[in-house]
This record gives sequence, C-alpha cells and structure tokens, in this order.
Amino acid sequence: MTKELFSGAELVVKTLSALKVKYLFGYPGGTVLDIYDAIFRQNDVEHILVRHEQAATHMADGFARATGEVGVVLATSGPGATNCITGIATAYMDSIPMVVLSGQVPTGLIGDDAFQETDIVGCSRPIVKHSFNCRKVADIPNTIAKAFYIASTGRPGPVVIELPKDILMPQFTAEFTLNSEINIRSYNPTVKGHHRQIKKAVQAITQAKRLVIYSGGGVIIANAAALLTQLVEKLNAPVTNTLMGLGGVSGLHDNFIGMLGMHGSLEANKAMAHADVILALGARFDDRVTNNVKKFCPNANIVHVDIDPTSISKTINAHIPVVGLVDIVLEQLLTELDEKQFSINEQENQAWWQQIAQWRAVKSVSYEQTDGKIKPQRVIEAMYEATQGDAYVCSDVGQHQMFAAQYYPFAKPRQWINSGGLGTMGFGLPAAMGVKLAFPDSHVICITGDGSIQMNIQELSTCLQYNLPVVIISLNNRSLGMVRQWQDMVYGGRHSSSYMESLPDFVKLAESYGHVGIQINALDELEEKIQQAFAIKNRLVFVDVLVDENEHVYPMQIRTGAIDEMWIKKGVKA
Amino acid sequence: MRRILAILLENEAGSLSRIVGLFSQRAFNIESLTVAPTEDPSLSRITIATKGNDKILEQIVKQVNKLIDVIKITDLTERSHVERELLLIKVLAMSDKSRTEVKRITDIFRGAIIDIGKQTYTIELTGDAEKLNAFISTLANETEIIESVRSGCVGIARGEKALRVK
Repeated sequence: MTKELFSGAELVVKTLSALKVKYLFGYPGGTVLDIYDAIFRQNDVEHILVRHEQAATHMADGFARATGEVGVVLATSGPGATNCITGIATAYMDSIPMVVLSGQVPTGLIGDDAFQETDIVGCSRPIVKHSFNCRKVADIPNTIAKAFYIASTGRPGPVVIELPKDILMPQFTAEFTLNSEINIRSYNPTVKGHHRQIKKAVQAITQAKRLVIYSGGGVIIANAAALLTQLVEKLNAPVTNTLMGLGGVSGLHDNFIGMLGMHGSLEANKAMAHADVILALGARFDDRVTNNVKKFCPNANIVHVDIDPTSISKTINAHIPVVGLVDIVLEQLLTELDEKQFSINEQENQAWWQQIAQWRAVKSVSYEQTDGKIKPQRVIEAMYEATQGDAYVCSDVGQHQMFAAQYYPFAKPRQWINSGGLGTMGFGLPAAMGVKLAFPDSHVICITGDGSIQMNIQELSTCLQYNLPVVIISLNNRSLGMVRQWQDMVYGGRHSSSYMESLPDFVKLAESYGHVGIQINALDELEEKIQQAFAIKNRLVFVDVLVDENEHVYPMQIRTGAIDEMWIKKGVKA
Repeated sequence: MRRILAILLENEAGSLSRIVGLFSQRAFNIESLTVAPTEDPSLSRITIATKGNDKILEQIVKQVNKLIDVIKITDLTERSHVERELLLIKVLAMSDKSRTEVKRITDIFRGAIIDIGKQTYTIELTGDAEKLNAFISTLANETEIIESVRSGCVGIARGEKALRVK
C-alpha cells in the first residue's frame, strides 16, 4: 500500500483540523498562498478574512479568552507578520493561548533581504512564550501540535511558527503523522502545589484576623471561579479582583469588595492595606495594583499562588510562595482546610467586616449627575440594565474601560474581555468579533471610545462579511479621555494632542459599512435608545453616545503613594 | 555580587538568542558568556558571569528557567566550584631583555608561549579571572600589549554535583 503524501500547505490545514480548530483568522499574501489554496479545498477549518492582521490577532485572542481554546492566526511574511506584533504582545501580557502561523520567504532566500522578508521569530522573541522556525515539510504537523501544547499549558501564551514558502509548495510532500503524546524534555510546568507550602498557606490563612483574597486573571484562565467562590464562602473572606480577574467571583457576591488598584474601590485598596494576610491567586502584583511598592501593605503576610515562578517575588516579596495551577492549588487548600476542620472565628471575622463596611460606606465608586450631560458611568449602567448583566463585554482601552470595569458587575468568568497588561487601543472591536463567532446567540458588546474605535474601525467590513452583529457602544467625548484626565491632573490642564478634531459621523460611517448607526446625545433618551440597540438582532449596531467630556475616572490612586492613598473625586482625598 | 550561572539547553537554532535577548530585555547584566555544544550534540552549555543582588539573581534564574529551550540552570557560585578562563595575548618582544623577561613572567604564571613573531610573542594562559588580570597587569609593566582575547569563564561544580539531563 502506498502511503498518502501531502504538501506542506495541506499538512498545515490537516493538522489544524486534527487539532479541532474551527476558525483561522488571517490575511493572504505571497508566501502563504499555498496554505490559502489548501484552505479553499476543504471544509473543516473556516478562514476569517480580516482587514488588517492586527485585528486577526485580537479576534483570535477574543475567541481564546471567551472559550479557553487556542486562537489561531495566519499571516504572510514581512508586513503581514509585523502587523501581528501588537496582537502577539497583547496576548503575551495577558497569558492568552494563541498560535500565529507566519509565512516566510523560501529557505534559499532567507537572509538576503528578499521581498517581504522579515525575521518574525527575531522580531517577536521578547513577546512570545516560544517560537519555531519550521524548515522541513515532514516537521510541520508535530511542530504545530507542539505549539498548541506550549500555548495552552502552564502559563498560556502566544507561540509563533515561521513557515518558509518552499516547504509549503506542492513540489515537496510528506506523510501526515501526528504524535499522540507530546513530550518536551525541557518543558514540564509544575501543576500541583508543594504539600508543605499548602500546609503553610493554610496555617497563615486560618490564623489571619484580617484576611483578603486578591485574585487575578489566573483564576479565569484556570477555570477556577467556582473553587474560588467556595473558598471565599468557606472563609467568609473579602475578595477583590484585578482588572484581569473580574468575574473570578461574581461582582454581585456579598463578599466581593470591588476591583483593586489604580481605579479600584476604596474598600478593596483599604482592605489590602490593612490586611494581616493576603492570599494572592493567579495575580502578579502589577504596578497598576500596588502603586508604590515601597509602601505596599507593610503588615501583610503574603501567600502567593501562581503557575509562573517568575511572577512570585518579582515586585512584591512573597512570604509563602506556592507554584501550581490555581484550580489545583485551590482544591488542595480546600481539602487541607477540611482536614484541619476549620471554622471561622466569628468575632474576628465580624470585626473585620465591620471595618470594611465603613470603607464601603464612602461609596467610592459613584458619580454625580450634576447637569443634563450624559455621564459615561450612566451609559454603562444602562448597558447593564438592557442586557440584565448577561453579555460578553469586550473593551477597548481608556476611560470607558475603567468605567465598564467599575459599573458592570460580572457574574461569570470570561464575560469581561479586555487588554489589561498591554493596554492595547483597538483591541475591543476585533476581540468582540472573535467572541461573537464563538457565541453567536449571546449579547456581545464592544465598549469603546472615539479614540480606540478608530484604531481598528476597518473591521466593520469584516463584521458585515461574516455576519457578526456585535453591539458597539462608543463613549464619545471628543477627546482621548484618559490622556486628557492625566493632562488635567498632572500637566496643568494642557491638552496636548488629546483632542480629537475632525471626528467622522459615526452613524453614517456604520451605515456606509452596511450596519445600523444610532446616536445618543440627550440624557432622557439614553435608556430607550440603548434598549433599542440591543433589540436589533442580526445587525451590527454602532451606538455613538455623546458623553460629558469633563468626566474623570475616580477613585484613583495618588501617584507614588501607598495602595490605599486615593482621590475619591476631584480634589478630595480618601 | 558576581555570580556564575551554568545553563544546559537544547542545541537548536535561536536558543542562544533567547538567552541573550532575555538578559537585555530585562536589563540583566552579562559580564561574560560562553557557549558550546556538549558531549551530547543535542545539548548546549552556556556559562554566564553576571552581577546582581539576591533578588535580581532569583529573577534571572527563574526567567532563564522559564524559556522553553532551557533544561536546567544552576548558580555555581552557591557551592564549591572550579572556574577557568582562557587568555590569548600578543605582546611586543623586541630586545633580548624583554624577550627574556616576558618568558620569565609567562613561566611564573604557568602560561605558554604559543607563537613567535619577529617582534612579538603570543602567550596562552588559563586560570580564574583574578589570575588573568594579574598576568595582564604584570605584562603591561614590562612591555606593550598589542592584542588580547579572553574566552569568558567556564565553570563546573566540585565533587559529585553535576549539571546533566537525568
């Protein structure tokens, strides 16, 4: 019997199909035309043609964040590959599983500055979990399988594979063989917490008088929300989420004390500052959380659980480090608590909650409806009411992102999708499109602003082509709101290049792309028109809301201060 | 504090650039770096001499370990170890007097003259960094140094302790 042989391009597509990839986000070009031809001749993997490769990476990223699966991107060599850089960096910073297949000039031309040649493996090296230069046809299937394995295990992240054109062409063929098991001798992430560390962690937790659970994106990635909630309830502990960790415990849960950090709630930051034990779960003590590290929670005993040892004691020294997957470690902690027959010390627990209640009473996350202008916070509330909290909220970057994080309680994990680490403007729309592909029957919102939306607005065309009826809610303040806020607060109100002149008519723009445009410029029509936007099914709706341009995001940490030193509103310190 | 790190990694295209890139990306110091394949050609061994306090060193070790290609890393300076560096140095040796003196210094340091030109001697010396520094400054007092090259240090743990794939 003769063995069946395939071209490299066919092997790429066959491997993706074998790995159960449904969607491939990309853009064709010279070096990957063979792959596009192979895609054309099959029906397993659907290719989504974007309008710019950056959007392909964000779509794959949004898809991955919502589903937990690996997002897959295909780009041609040179500019196609370099356009992916921002999206790869975005995924890297937020630990999102992604595989980027990049074309490359034929092997014989590599290094000659050939047409559309870029060393994409070199370019992307600091922002990938790993990368491969594939050089043989026969290596293609297992290289891709390894990339998927690396991208999705341990601390997830993006993996780039460079495929030179010659190994994709029909002249060279190989058999399709995929190893059933992947074994990489140099890559064996620790998954289970060390038993001695678990014992130490539980001892610290049970002896705490003022415990705070501080959970991050790791809880979302590890699908550990239910276990986290169980632990929170067992300990009756206050829990705060990072921007990446929202939804890790329900935003409506009594024990949830809000997001922490730069624009976190006063109660969350105060509780951290006064805690005697902080249990950090899948969070990395980012500078947007800690504020001045020298003043960070001086009295707290810190238990830090993370899959990535480099995250532990990087910025803040951990007293009890636990390396492992958050879900497995949470199970270990719960088991150990049961074995110790833990019961809450009611008196201490109540005293701690009473203290927190005083901070909560300040109502730091609130705004005043002073005049007839539409407050951006009110738009988020209206959005919440219209969807009854049941929507995927995909955010761009800026004030609208913080308002959404503050005013839309997320009851479930993976509901809140934003570029937290890199802070990539232009992320929101393509991410929402990736989510909509995965969950066509759910409400998918892109919350954005007049600045961010213009960074990937060309994707409105892709939305029409693939029928992706997301609801875009743009908080249009005619300026780069967050930049302007800093200029108001730190740079004497000098609005250097933060004013968006010559904005397009977004309603007409949406219409010209074949979608529905709605403008809201009066407070009394806000609710009705937002409701109306969500009532339109099967068409993309672009809601352009003209909001108060002078509104700042509060509360806000005071620069160089401790975690709980905050502005509550303009000129008012906590 | 000066540290010597020994790294065992996959001998694959680009694996060295990942190590070097990591050091520059995270602003870690490299005093010297040497790399070569091991007796098992699928593996490379790198020795890096670096400087940093305990906190920085902890991050370096963890970050290097995190690279997919890296199999193991160890801080040799934590334990008893041997380190060596190779120096090749070309000096002016014109007169009988200076030729004799350079030869005498080389002998004292247990080096070897490995090449002779009309006006030069080329000398080979191995030892730790301190010995090499002392040799260079002694020579510099005696004659003119024309050119020198140092390999950067390599190191290995003393006794049974070993860095290898199990």
